[in-house]
Amino acid sequence: MVEVFVFAVFALVAIGGALVMVMARNPVHSAIGLLTTMFSIAVFYVLLNAHFIAAIQVLIYAGAVMTLFLFVIMMIGVDKTEDTTEQIPWQRPIAIVVSVGLAAVILIAGSQAWITGRSVFGVDGVNGTIEAVADALFGTWTLAFLSTVFLLTIAAVGTIAMAQYLPRRPEEES
Amino acid sequence: MIDYLWLLIVLPLLGAATLIVFGKRIGEPWAGWLASALVGAAFLLAAGFTVPLLTGDGQPETVELFSWIPVLGVDASLLWDPLAAFMTLIVTGVGLLIHVYAVGYMHRDERFGRFFGYLNLFIASMLTLVLASNFAVMFVGWELVGLSSYLLISFWFVRPAAAAAGKKAFIVNRIGDWGFLVGLMLIFAAFGTFSFGAIFETAPDVLSTAMATAITLALFIGAVGKSAQIPLYVWLPDAMEGPTPVSALIHAATMVTAGIYMMARSAVLFELAPATLVVVATVGAVTALYAATLAMGQRDIKRVLAYSTISQLGYMVLAVGVTAFTAGLFHLMTHAFFKALLFLGAGAVIHALGGEQDMRKMGGLRKVMPITFWTMVVGWLAISGVAPLSGFWSKDEVLAAAFAHGTYYVVLWAMGVVAALLTAFYMTRLMILTFGGEERWPDGADPHEAPKVVTVPLVVLAVFAGLAGVINTPFRESLEHFLEPSFEGVTQQSPAEGPTVVVLALVALIAALVGIFIAWGRYSKKVPEERGGYWKAARNGYGVDDWYGRLVVAPGKAMATWAGETLDGRIVDGLVNGVGGSVKSLGNSLSGSQSGWVRWYGAVMAASTLGVLLWLLLSGGLF
Amino acid sequence: MMLTPGWYMALAAVLFSIGGAGVLVRRNALVMFMSIELMLNSVNLTFVAAGTGLGLIEGQVAALFVIVVAAAEVTIGLAILVAVFRGRATANVDELSSLGG
Repeated sequence: MVEVFVFAVFALVAIGGALVMVMARNPVHSAIGLLTTMFSIAVFYVLLNAHFIAAIQVLIYAGAVMTLFLFVIMMIGVDKTEDTTEQIPWQRPIAIVVSVGLAAVILIAGSQAWITGRSVFGVDGVNGTIEAVADALFGTWTLAFLSTVFLLTIAAVGTIAMAQYLPRRPEEES
Repeated sequence: MIDYLWLLIVLPLLGAATLIVFGKRIGEPWAGWLASALVGAAFLLAAGFTVPLLTGDGQPETVELFSWIPVLGVDASLLWDPLAAFMTLIVTGVGLLIHVYAVGYMHRDERFGRFFGYLNLFIASMLTLVLASNFAVMFVGWELVGLSSYLLISFWFVRPAAAAAGKKAFIVNRIGDWGFLVGLMLIFAAFGTFSFGAIFETAPDVLSTAMATAITLALFIGAVGKSAQIPLYVWLPDAMEGPTPVSALIHAATMVTAGIYMMARSAVLFELAPATLVVVATVGAVTALYAATLAMGQRDIKRVLAYSTISQLGYMVLAVGVTAFTAGLFHLMTHAFFKALLFLGAGAVIHALGGEQDMRKMGGLRKVMPITFWTMVVGWLAISGVAPLSGFWSKDEVLAAAFAHGTYYVVLWAMGVVAALLTAFYMTRLMILTFGGEERWPDGADPHEAPKVVTVPLVVLAVFAGLAGVINTPFRESLEHFLEPSFEGVTQQSPAEGPTVVVLALVALIAALVGIFIAWGRYSKKVPEERGGYWKAARNGYGVDDWYGRLVVAPGKAMATWAGETLDGRIVDGLVNGVGGSVKSLGNSLSGSQSGWVRWYGAVMAASTLGVLLWLLLSGGLF
Repeated sequence: MMLTPGWYMALAAVLFSIGGAGVLVRRNALVMFMSIELMLNSVNLTFVAAGTGLGLIEGQVAALFVIVVAAAEVTIGLAILVAVFRGRATANVDELSSLGG
């Protein structure tokens, strides 16, 4: 009972944050909205017994990624207001149709399976502790894990290379 | 030994290849001697191969060369039997003499070497036709002689008349070839093979009369084209544009006889189709008479001989039509001798007068060119059918066979006799206008006797034209016995027996003498004008060419123009351009979607994804 | 009413569509990027819910990988954005249309 209540509340919060993100004029407001949604999702993770992932969600996503976003928003100096007129013809109608349609299709298609799905709470749950995740991560999925190491290294190198501010060559200055 | 039969074809073929490629470098006169030597070698080989057939030791042999079209079961193989030997000796023998003559005639011609290359190509093609052991190889030879004829007729292609004549010959021949091809297809449908042996052995059992009639009519159309009968004779007079050796070799002695040979070879099939034989005989007799009337009015010496050839071919076709195959072949041989002789002599005359071919500008040449004159006399008497020269025997045998064949054929016999009279008339006219009377030469002409390389062949041919009759007189039918193995299973019409033969011979002889007499009376004193009415019509070929032009050529040209301009220019090009244009406009309209805006791309992708998802779900039974 | 994993997946679907709409509608590059992040989050939620529903730990492992990759992607993406928009004052993606035909 409690769980349903918690779920309902935070579901609303998540959807609200998402809508704020999409519709806010100021990009900083959008970032805050997204942040809210991420926190709600962390709550959902806890409800689903995925404690480790919940922690990681808050740490990495809300902590690192969104912070980075806010840094860049501030740095680029984006205009506070954005022109609301749509340039591309048919863009808005297509967007609305696609998103509503997609949601509807998934909900209708999934509804038949989800209702008969297993319950979260009870004997059949997953153990979402860090030990369980670590067992799987460093056991069966070691290769994938090590690949992400490479991925992060490459990402870091690429970022540094791209963000470098190269000075002009001396000849051109004189 | 007989395994080397293919040498007969390969030797002149090698000569052709060498001379066409290197002819200019080999030059005059070695090119001519090389070509003549190759034909001479072929003649000697053929003679060697014929000896066993003469002594009675030899059997007809088939020499298989290689498998040509395995799908249809067609082999490239050659047949050596008396009929093939007969034709081969004529082709290579007369061919050799004409090659030698041409060395002198084509003196100082620019393309001397190439001429001899083409001549050798012709010999090789004709031998392919004659030595073939199945219809497919024969057809190859058939087509190749048509090609060689075209090349040689339009040899001096810079003259528009010569180029046009070559085209005309090829195209009219093509109509005949169409008939031949239809015949081949019918043969294959009926027999499943092209091989002579298989066909002629099983034909009496396999063929219905209707099928045999269809096949033989189709084959006869081919013969009509190649052997210049009505209605496909119009190419032969124009073919005189070619050099005279060409006219002698191809259009007198050999190529035009290919049709006769083909029909003689297919005698078994023709015997199974009596209806066709009636058609054949009638066409032959009518052509003989018709062409003779045309020959009477010509002023060009070569055109007289051309129409004369058509007329004599009519005799041969008539012989085939009354199933007197030996008689027809006999006349083919004697005609080869005397017609080649006449053409070569005419060539010597033309050359001596610096290219003049109009007989009104000749005359009195007997004093200046005695050898030519006397050999031409032999040819003249032979063709007129004066005994005891060869032409008398062969023409008589044809006419006697026609007379004995049946009541209807007496009409054809009568036509043949009238044609013989006319033949004698116009040949005498030719001789008198050319050699007799006063000199009417063009200015600056200084005729003298031809060099030995020209006169020796004339003499040799004269000897044969005079004496060749002995091989098949009613007293001693050597030729018929010789050719017997080739005509197994064929009932030939033999000339009437006993006193009838003598009477018929006398009738023909009298007709010939009457013709000579009338012409002598008309022309020996002065040269009549011969300007209007019949004479003009005859010179114009009775307007037949104009009729063909209006009926056949003009619609053909109109169709070709329509096809080229409308069909190709507008419809096909329109289609192609239309495809191009529509692709272009499609591309233009689609390029609007490449706006460069990422969000637009994203929108399209998302919409497509939704579409695919929907489709998958719906086909999986969502609702 | 029992709270099955299906509920979470339904919620995730809704969040996914909202994120999708945001990508298509907004012109600001950063907001577009954030919408993509939202979509990734919703997928993560689906993963974990499915994993719990099936009793597998792999759902959470996958979610972890997604987080890692998303982090790397954000890093690079923002670096690109900074490099591109250093020359211009605005962050309007509609101005990057030079590949248009």
